[in-house]
This record gives sequence, structure tokens and C-alpha cells, in this order.
Amino acid sequence: MDWAYLFEISLTGLASGGLYALAALAFVMVYKATRVVNIAIGEMLMVGAYLFFTFSATFAFPLWIAIPAAVLGTGLLGAVIERTMIRPLLGEPPISVFMVTVGLASVLVGLVEMIWTADQRRLPEFMPNTPVMVGEAFLAPKVFYGALIAVVLIAAVLLVFRFWRGGVALRATAADPAAAYSMGINVPRVFSLAWVVSAMIAAVSGIIVGSIGGISSSMGVFGLSVLVVVIVGGLDSVLGALVGGLFIGLVEAMASTYLGGEYKLLATFIVLVLVLMIRPYGLFGTHEIERL
Amino acid sequence: MVTHPQSSPTAAPPLLQVDGVTLSFGGVHALSGVGFDVAPGSITAVIGPNGAGKTSLFNTISGFYRPTSGHVRFKGQDITRLPTPQRAKLGLGRSFQNIALFRGMTVLDNIKLGRHAHLKSNVLDALFYLGRARREEAALRADIEERIIDFLEIDHIRHAPVSALPYGLQKRVEMARALAMQPEILLLDEPVAGMNREETEDMARFILDVREEWGITVLMVEHDMGMVMDLSDHVIVLNFGQVIAQGTPAAVQGDPEVIRAYLGSGDVGDLRRKLHASTTTQGVL
Repeated sequence: MDWAYLFEISLTGLASGGLYALAALAFVMVYKATRVVNIAIGEMLMVGAYLFFTFSATFAFPLWIAIPAAVLGTGLLGAVIERTMIRPLLGEPPISVFMVTVGLASVLVGLVEMIWTADQRRLPEFMPNTPVMVGEAFLAPKVFYGALIAVVLIAAVLLVFRFWRGGVALRATAADPAAAYSMGINVPRVFSLAWVVSAMIAAVSGIIVGSIGGISSSMGVFGLSVLVVVIVGGLDSVLGALVGGLFIGLVEAMASTYLGGEYKLLATFIVLVLVLMIRPYGLFGTHEIERL
Repeated sequence: MVTHPQSSPTAAPPLLQVDGVTLSFGGVHALSGVGFDVAPGSITAVIGPNGAGKTSLFNTISGFYRPTSGHVRFKGQDITRLPTPQRAKLGLGRSFQNIALFRGMTVLDNIKLGRHAHLKSNVLDALFYLGRARREEAALRADIEERIIDFLEIDHIRHAPVSALPYGLQKRVEMARALAMQPEILLLDEPVAGMNREETEDMARFILDVREEWGITVLMVEHDMGMVMDLSDHVIVLNFGQVIAQGTPAAVQGDPEVIRAYLGSGDVGDLRRKLHASTTTQGVL
């Protein structure tokens, strides 16, 4: 076996795993705070990418405006979704809310096709394109810088939620909404906040994913792998999202190199089935099984 | 028969006023026309058989339920329509019947969260741990560590995760969290339920001290009659969602209506009719 090659593959796998981890973080944030399984996470990420496309390519805004504008725009979308679709269903069975997010995914795909058509598009280049060498191993520059942004953003989000009292409020709400409410924590606002932050994180990962592989109305499929990541990691565990993301990235890279690209998803889902058989609540999830 | 707080020698206006509160779920009246006053600085107890509406009453006072009619006034202000978090800011603290601590957090974090409503620092202050956030955190720490933790004698477990603690200590942490809210009135829902003799006596001592040393008014729901009669200045008896008696512990204990609610009427014929009624309904079911 060629160890240098294996190292290179592993690096690529970990780097794309970083992107999974970022998107998984967006998913976990909503699940942790509101117990909503947001199946439309991939589509929200797509909207972020398309907004960035519009601001940077169509309106030709400079990057430092286009990226924040796309992120804020998607955050606004998150707020609207929470207020109009999720909050009215508060207290309804989880399956109803789950179905709403399934519908939301289709609506978002439809909207994107109406506004931007179903054609594949390329995002403007904004990352350096000199190859990155780690020791002897070569790493595609977009993947490397994408992973770098993901790591920095994940760290920032974790710090904010550890030390800012809004983050503490979110953790308290996740643990016991009724008690949090009577402690003076504005629980509805925490719910909104979780959706907004989740949408903004999704937008960033959408911009990165889109600039690596281009954008199209079917890029929500990325969300499918993200779902695998969060189920493997445990739906409500931030640590699980990170470890699960890296793990799935690694599995996919190995499978597509040594077995062939068509085995990539197969390998991922075999891992999913195995994890669910051994630990039904995910690697790091809370030990409670909820029926959907 | 009834000693209203207004007629007490202090004659201070009531801190909390529940006025004609009715709460219905569908056709079921959980509370109907419940009214009473809580005098400032008093320990007031709400008692009654299971299902009498005690917890519904607490949830109405703390804002989880909106009454169908009637009013709740706190410090003279009508809070009937005020959302729960705003009530917490006004000075209404509560504990829960089934322990509602934030699992996965330490004792100290749980207690600090009680102060949430009163903190003002924003995300930027917190990120850089500057100015307001630092001052608030220091003041909070001093207050909580010196007063609340010492007071409730939970110093040795402050860094322990709450889920690992025995039941009695969890109840105590919940009380500490409620105290951290800087309440003017403390609503305690069955503070000694499931506790042994020693734990109950500790808790009774804490409740008395909360009133004596901190000047906090206490309104509690409790089943332990010994404790209610020892501690309370004023007792309110609920049955089927209605106030059937209120007054001093002694007055309430002697009230025939109360005895009937708890023990039945004492009339053998009445008991026989009750039994008959229950067997026939079971037969129908």
C-alpha cells in the first residue's frame, strides 16, 4: 500500500469532513433548541449559495459585501421559516413538524428553479488557487481553504455559545423549556435565534460547497450526507456533529478511492446502519429514543 | 372565620392578589372563581386533595396558563396577560413539583441561570469578557457564592453535575436557582415531596430562613400537613378548583368543610352512597 497516497486521501477526506461538520452544526443547533428535525438543511444551504451567486455575480458586489449579504439574507429566511411554519406547530407531534420541513425542502427547490432556473452555475472564484502541500501530500486549494473557514467558524460558534449568556440560554432551553421560561428566558426568542444562526451557518457552508462543486437546484442532496453525519454523531450533540462530519468525510474519501466513486454513498449508508445497530442514539447523542 | 391579610395589624397591601380566577380546559373547570391574597412577608400554603387544582393555580400565577376569567395582581400591577419571563423579572420565582433542573450542567451553572433575567450584557461584551460582562459576572459570582450556596449548604457540590445528585439535594439546588432570581415572592411546588424526615426538616428550616433573613414572601403547595401547619401564617384549601376555606392553620384544621374534603363527611350513609356510586360507574365502564 502507498502510505503517502493514503495520507493524501485522508487529508482530503478530513477536509471535506470539515464541511460536513459545519453543515451538521447548523442542523444540530435547531434540533437541540427546538427538537425539530430539519430535513431542509441542504436546501437552506443551497439558498445561501444562490444568494451569494446573485450578490457577487449578478450584482457584482465585492466579496466583503456579497458574503455577509448572502449570510444575512439566509438568516432572514431562517427567521421567516421559524415564525411562519415552525412556531405555529409548537406542541404538535414531531412527525407533523418533520413533514413541514420535507415540504419546505421542495418549496425551496421550486423557488430556486423559478428564480435562477435549474441550470448548473459556477460561483465566482474567491479562494487562492495555488495548490496546498501538507508535507508531501497535495490538497486541492478550495477544499483546504473551505475546511479552514469551516474550522474557524465552528470554533467561533462554539466559543460564543459557551461564553455568551444567549448560548447558555439556548442550552438551558434545550434541557428544560418550561423551567427556562420561568427563569426569565424568552424561549420563543431562543427558538428564533436558533433558526437564524442555523440558517446563517448553512449559508456559509453553502457558499463553500458551491464554490468547490458549482451550484445547482439539486445541491440540496448534500443535506442527505449531512443527515447521515448527524444521525451517526447523535442528533443533539455538537461534539457528535464534529466527529461524525470528519468520520463520514474520511469514509467517503476512502470508499471513492479504493472502491470507486459509485460506492461512496453505499459505504456511507452502511456505516449509518452499523452505527444505528450498535448505538441507536448516535455516537454522542442523548440516550433517549424518540419515535418520529 | 376568615382572617384576611388586610385585617392583620400591619395592614400592608397584599403582595400577590388572585381575584376570581377561573381556568377551564374544554368543559373542565380546573379552577373556578379562586380568590385570595398573599400578605408581604408571609408564608402562605395552598393545600387540597390530589387534583384539586393546586398546580394549575401555580401555573396560572407564573403565567404558563392564561385564566379564562379573573385577574392576578402582583405588587399592585395586573399581570394576568404578562408573559412568564416578564413575571420573572418583576420578582416572581418558582420551583417545580417534578424537579426541573437543567441536566448536563453543573450546580453552579444552574444557579447562575436563575439570574438570567436580570443580566444585561450583550454578545460582544461576553465574547471579549470586557466591562459590563465582567462586572456582572463578578457581582453575580460573589452574591451566589457567598449568600445562596452558603445559605443552602451546598458548597461541597457546586461543581457537580446536577443529574448525579440525590433527590433531596436536587430539590435544594432548585431552591437555590429560584433564590438567584432575586424574587420578592417564591412559589414552591411541593418543596418536600418524596423527602425523608431529616431532609424535610432541613427544607422547612430553609423556608423559614428565606422569609426571616431574606424577607422573601413564600407561597407553597404542600401535602405534608405537619410542615404546612408548623410553617404557614395563612392556609388556603382548594377542592375541585374552588377555595373551600382559608385562614390560620388552626382555623383551617377545625373547619368542617376541610375535614369533609380530606376524610369524607364521617357519615356512614354518605360513605355507602359514595361506594355505590363508584361501583356503578365502574360497571358502566
